[in-house]
Amino acid sequence: MVTSGSVPHADGTQNIPAGAVKAPGVSGDGDRPRQGRRNLLHRLDIKGAPYAFIAPFFIVFAAFGFYPLLYTFWISLHHVELASMNLMEWRGFGNYTELWQDDRFWNALSNTFTIGVLSTVPQLLMALGLAHLLNYRLRGSTFFRVAALTPYATSVGAAALVFTMLFERDFGLINWMLSLVGIDNVDWENNKWAAQSAISVIVIWRWTGYNALLYLAAMQAIPRDRYEAAAIDGASRWQQFTKVTVPGIRSTILFTIVLSTIGATQLFGEPLIFGQGPNGVTGGADNQYQTLGLLLYEEGWKNYQMGRAATVAWAMFLLLILIFALQRVLKRFTSRKS
Amino acid sequence: MGGPYKLLRTRSAAAVSAALALGLVAGCGGGSDSGTGGGRSKDGKVTITMGLFGVMGFKETDLLDRYMKENPNVTIKAEVAGDEQTYYTALQTHLAAGSGLKDIQGIEIGRAKELVDTQADKFVDLSDVPGTDHFLPWKLNQVTTSKGKVIGLGTDIGPMAVCYRKDLFKQAGLPTDREEVGRLWEGDWSKFVDVGKEFKSSSKDDKVAYIDSASGLFNAMVYGASKQYYNEKGDLIYQDNPVVKEAWATASEAATSGLTAKLRQFQPGWDPGLANGTFAATVCPAWMLAHISEKSGAANKGKWDVAKAPKGANWGGSFLGVLEKSPVKEEAKKLVAWLTAPEQQEYLFKKLGNFPSSAKALKSPGVAEAKSEYFSGAPIGKIFGTAAQEIPDKQVLGRKDGTIKDIFSQGLTLIESQNQSPDKAWATTDKRIEKATG
Repeated sequence: MVTSGSVPHADGTQNIPAGAVKAPGVSGDGDRPRQGRRNLLHRLDIKGAPYAFIAPFFIVFAAFGFYPLLYTFWISLHHVELASMNLMEWRGFGNYTELWQDDRFWNALSNTFTIGVLSTVPQLLMALGLAHLLNYRLRGSTFFRVAALTPYATSVGAAALVFTMLFERDFGLINWMLSLVGIDNVDWENNKWAAQSAISVIVIWRWTGYNALLYLAAMQAIPRDRYEAAAIDGASRWQQFTKVTVPGIRSTILFTIVLSTIGATQLFGEPLIFGQGPNGVTGGADNQYQTLGLLLYEEGWKNYQMGRAATVAWAMFLLLILIFALQRVLKRFTSRKS
Repeated sequence: MGGPYKLLRTRSAAAVSAALALGLVAGCGGGSDSGTGGGRSKDGKVTITMGLFGVMGFKETDLLDRYMKENPNVTIKAEVAGDEQTYYTALQTHLAAGSGLKDIQGIEIGRAKELVDTQADKFVDLSDVPGTDHFLPWKLNQVTTSKGKVIGLGTDIGPMAVCYRKDLFKQAGLPTDREEVGRLWEGDWSKFVDVGKEFKSSSKDDKVAYIDSASGLFNAMVYGASKQYYNEKGDLIYQDNPVVKEAWATASEAATSGLTAKLRQFQPGWDPGLANGTFAATVCPAWMLAHISEKSGAANKGKWDVAKAPKGANWGGSFLGVLEKSPVKEEAKKLVAWLTAPEQQEYLFKKLGNFPSSAKALKSPGVAEAKSEYFSGAPIGKIFGTAAQEIPDKQVLGRKDGTIKDIFSQGLTLIESQNQSPDKAWATTDKRIEKATG
């Protein structure tokens, strides 16, 4: 009898004589074919089951991750219009060289970068401060923690729409408040830096609480005695924060930076809704806040040029890989130095 | 001896997980989708779905309910997207994917040519539907293929006039009577800009602009010509078309002279601008009246009036088409014919101001003699009717008309709000059109 699944992998295959598999044809013994089948099943089980268990991930990844990736690349080598997807005209790397020479691409890239910095840096700093405050023993701490997460639970659309109304030029709340302190009507949409700041505000509002909770969770994992030891050594509150708290949550900070960078690269919904209608698609009349995501959308769903849209998508993908590689090189470089 | 059981358990778990994964993937393929959401049930009841945009009026009034009452076996489900660009993008995607379409889809004039050229085989031919010979001669030409297939029936058209605020004109010392106002700029759009300069210099409130945006003015000028961005062969001619050049020059003059409120029509800021009177006039196609009266609100009733535009022009107008994929084609055709029939067009005009594309409806007293109470009793039937007659019978449409219109609007925004020079803005616009059409 076959014992059970506890038989080591290599043994299982070695123990079975080669003839056993072919048994039905070889001998007339009634018991041997059954055993042979069992052996086969067993081997299949040992060898096949693991694949079946990991299949869900791979099938789903292949269908929704890998295949679209490859197909997007295939499309990016062609001239294709949305209205006639079956008519594909081979262009080779023409779309890529064209994109490289296109001002709009570099403009979108720099916008993505500046909006990314404008939104990520204040966001993470504020989240750190917020987490620090929430880490204190305070009354109703659960309430505050939930409250910090509420913006995250709001949909991008709703948040962006409300902020767009707040930032409206003639009758918006923010301009009204600014007028009280003597600042004249700011054209939030048409002024480049005003528009980028306004979009950053939407991003910051939505994500600060989420990052704060991540930091808070990490902070609570720092043993209390480190603070006690620091206090005995005469460290001030600020020193405790910089010398104990921040090093203690370093990996979490790194994680949020990676997450925010990815988010910033893909920034799309906020500027689209902020611009409203045709201006949203192009990121402003002068493309003053057009991100890479919006450029992709403009090419695909305003110009209906799927080939060029796919090219932008692949450019974004390559960009992320480039950032990742740079980060690895940098890390190796710094670690070797230390 | 728990071995076999354990084996069985792992085996079935593995099978289940693999099957689940396959199911997940297959589920997204949606192979069983019939396509349009419409259909026929066993007891003969018919469901017809419609995809519409803007304020086409069918869902906004009781027309669909009336049809369902008269045809108790028909249920109509209409979905309305606010913004036409969003709507058309979705329609393009649905046409390409072959799913998510409705039985009946609205078609805007700016997209008509593209659909005729590239998607005509997905629409049903409506040329043989009885009782549809009542349209203006040019209306159905716009959705007819070279082989004579008609992919849509006309709903409204957009003859243009100028909507203005009497109180704001008065404080600037301009006449308020609609005949006199119309005479101020009769025959030439540049006179319309001159009136604006006069308005600006003598207006007592420098926060009130003359018009809302330069792009409204631009559209009115361009859409008065029979050739706009394309010629009959389908080549782009906007660069050399004197009409477009002149419209650009006049509109950018209005923009650089500070005559505009720097708003974008139908975008945030425009609606409160209508309500609070931040501009004194706007070039308005007939279908815009409903929007103006709704957004300006009851408080401004009687302050608005409508005057004749310098030249007749047509901005917008739509069609209803039936999809070849629809399982209830015949019923959908009947519904479209009914909705676009003269009586219904007349009804929509009275209710909302959507101007009939049916010549028969235009002649009916309900339309010809209509007055708008909201707009100080202006004889809108007469004003827009006259404008409609001035629209050239032959209008050459192009594939990317709608997109080009949007790009020009943005180009004018560059001048209005970003203080760019008209020449630089034109160069940018030119480059963008090249991208959008190439």
